[in-house]
Amino acid sequence: MDHALLAAYARRFGIFIAFLVLCFAASLWNDNFFSEGNLINVLRQSSINGILAIGMTFVILTKGIDLSVGSVVALAGVVSASFATLSTQMMITDLFGLDIGAGPHWVGIAIAFGLLAGLLAGVINGVLVAYFSVPAFVVTLGMLSAARGATQVFTDGMPVPALSPDYRWIGTGELFGLPSPVIILAVVFLVGWVALTQTRYGRYVYAVGGNEKSAKTSGINTRGIILSVYIISGVLAALGGMLLAARTGSALVQAGQAYELDAIAAVVIGGTSLAGGVGTLFGTLVGALIIGVVNNILQLEGVQAYYQLIIKGGIIVFAVLLDPSRRQGS
Amino acid sequence: MLEKWLLEVDSVSKRFPGVQALSNVQFRLRPGSVHALCGGNGAGKSTFVSILMGFTHRDTGSIKLRGQEVRFSTPRQAMRAGMSVIQQELSSVLDMTVAENIYLGREPRRGPFLDFPTMNANAAAVLGRLNFPIQPTAKLRELSLAERQLVEIAKALSHEADVIIMDEPTSAIGEAEVERLFETIRLLTAEGKGVIYVSHRLSEIFQIADSYTVFRDGGFVETGAIKDIDRRHLIRQILGGDLKDEFVKENTPGATRLLEVSGLTRTGHFQDVSLQVHAGEILGIFGLMGSGRSEFFECLFGIAPADRGEIRVKGERASIGSPSAAMALGMALVTEDRKESGLVLTSSVNDNISIASLKQITRLGFVPRRREAQNVRRMVDYFSIRTPSVRQLVRNLSGGNQQKVVLGRWLLTDPDILLLDEPTRGIDVGSKREMYRFMSNFAREGKAVVMVSSELPEVLGMADRIVVFRDGRMAGTLTRDQATQESVMHLAA
Repeated sequence: MDHALLAAYARRFGIFIAFLVLCFAASLWNDNFFSEGNLINVLRQSSINGILAIGMTFVILTKGIDLSVGSVVALAGVVSASFATLSTQMMITDLFGLDIGAGPHWVGIAIAFGLLAGLLAGVINGVLVAYFSVPAFVVTLGMLSAARGATQVFTDGMPVPALSPDYRWIGTGELFGLPSPVIILAVVFLVGWVALTQTRYGRYVYAVGGNEKSAKTSGINTRGIILSVYIISGVLAALGGMLLAARTGSALVQAGQAYELDAIAAVVIGGTSLAGGVGTLFGTLVGALIIGVVNNILQLEGVQAYYQLIIKGGIIVFAVLLDPSRRQGS
Repeated sequence: MLEKWLLEVDSVSKRFPGVQALSNVQFRLRPGSVHALCGGNGAGKSTFVSILMGFTHRDTGSIKLRGQEVRFSTPRQAMRAGMSVIQQELSSVLDMTVAENIYLGREPRRGPFLDFPTMNANAAAVLGRLNFPIQPTAKLRELSLAERQLVEIAKALSHEADVIIMDEPTSAIGEAEVERLFETIRLLTAEGKGVIYVSHRLSEIFQIADSYTVFRDGGFVETGAIKDIDRRHLIRQILGGDLKDEFVKENTPGATRLLEVSGLTRTGHFQDVSLQVHAGEILGIFGLMGSGRSEFFECLFGIAPADRGEIRVKGERASIGSPSAAMALGMALVTEDRKESGLVLTSSVNDNISIASLKQITRLGFVPRRREAQNVRRMVDYFSIRTPSVRQLVRNLSGGNQQKVVLGRWLLTDPDILLLDEPTRGIDVGSKREMYRFMSNFAREGKAVVMVSSELPEVLGMADRIVVFRDGRMAGTLTRDQATQESVMHLAA
């Protein structure tokens, strides 16, 4: 087999091997690591970051970045959650004079509005980046601040408490013995993987990130593609926000702070190039799991939260350092 | 006193994983000489140059500079020792000025601060000596590809090196600049400096070089004096066999007008361009750099908007607002710069070939893998693209094979009108001939080729009619019978 192909395989599976080694090491450290309960716990704790990171992968593949996902988590959380409390439901019933009663259908309405909030943030980000050529870093940095502000305006700075049990189920329920967030992550991953690897759209995403000029000359609507990835990221961030609210039982104004960092870290650890055009969703998923496992070990070992951050930071850089194909200038 | 040899290279070998890039090559450079280094793609010229300059390290062998054994571990050391290179791959920093690029890494300073006045003045002096009309304070990004190439040349010469390696220095510049470059080379050799000239353009080699060395497949073939050989001999040595004719031309133009352009204008770039292209015809567009040729193509293909004028495709008035509109009308564009606007270097051969024609084969947005693989295989076979696998990243292919990937991409869209901008830039004699054969076959099928080229022999050899551009206007049209080197240059300059 020739060298380049070998390097491509190493790049694709190297990170997975690193993940297995990490898990093995974790089991040596702590006997509880490989218990079923703990493994499911790792998956649960990685699921929201995994979902955000999948959206982030689309964005980074086009050479962009989305710093606003953490704030969109909070915004979508409070918007959605507000439809899941009894008081709002009663208010809306009063306002429009039609009583659709209480019940699970409110969950659908709540989710729809949450996703709409994420969609809106994504459209604003995407339009500014694609059609007004404002750098993605700047646009989404602005949105990071604006969406957080909008969250506070929306709730007057107060959390949205006492979510209905129906709504809480999406964050705490179980299906086939797995927590519902894990199932949702799996579905998002599968859909994203199919889109990126099996469809024309996926090819266009890679082409736009790899060489926008070439993509444009080949007849691709490059601006449309760029807009779409920010929408995907916004909607997935909203999904993450709702899962978080549902899990905690109330939507907090300060939810999702610094989540963008973990999402970007998962993407980068997973081998996606910040220069665009190179990367896989599989890598991102493993990247998210690596971060989840590291968090888990540090918690199991009772390492102080402050030190956890330092160690995590080190591991992110170390992961890239270890992989020669990803260092620059080689 | 001058040494007999400026540079002596003996038995140098270099192995990369999977390939023996160089085996036991030798090379001698005399002071005051222009030595042509010849060979096809994959002959090992680029590896050789990068070993000389310390970008890559040799496995075995010896290199002596002015009689002293040297082993450079970085380009910086090589430059300090008096070597400099004009690289084939443009390595300019686009957001810096011309002067900053020329003095990158050795900026004149006053105390801890950069001395911009001196830097700009020195750059102006270097550019002035070369007679290049470029402002030292212009940003590289604002310059055309050709002008960036001139900056690279100025940069290499500003090092005042004894050995100057020129790797395809003229691939992006026009005839007038080539002439200025040659004048400069003559000045340099008169001062006793040595020039290693790497080029696929044989006519230039016979014009400027006095000695030559041929590499083939990583090995040394022969060395000698240019005056002792002819073009045919050199081609035979490069290819390792005979090349019957340089050009392949078997098409005959018909009467049907496939493309008609009248009064097309893009202010500041080109004005009032009117021309017709017929079925079965190869139309050549010749013009010096900055004559508006590439911009004309961009307008035709919907990349940039035209201000005035009309385009008719197959008799129908066409409004082309985007490349996809142009593609729907049966047009295809192979751009001037493969790496900048042609290929997606981060993607595979497969993805690069199929990208423009995916719309035609996808169902409900899904890519049918088997159909795609068949298409790609067909193109790889048709152009005999040399790649270990279609999953190979396109960046790992040689220039000629990369160009074939771009052609394959467009051929799959089944175009009737093929716009080719500098189709043979930076590819070797053998690949060039395959390109000519392709153009000829394409036109024979009753389709049309419009080719922009700054290589005059190629335009004369391939075009049925030649449109000459000068300063953004059409200076004239010549038929194949009327066109000679002199008549075309007379119109162009």
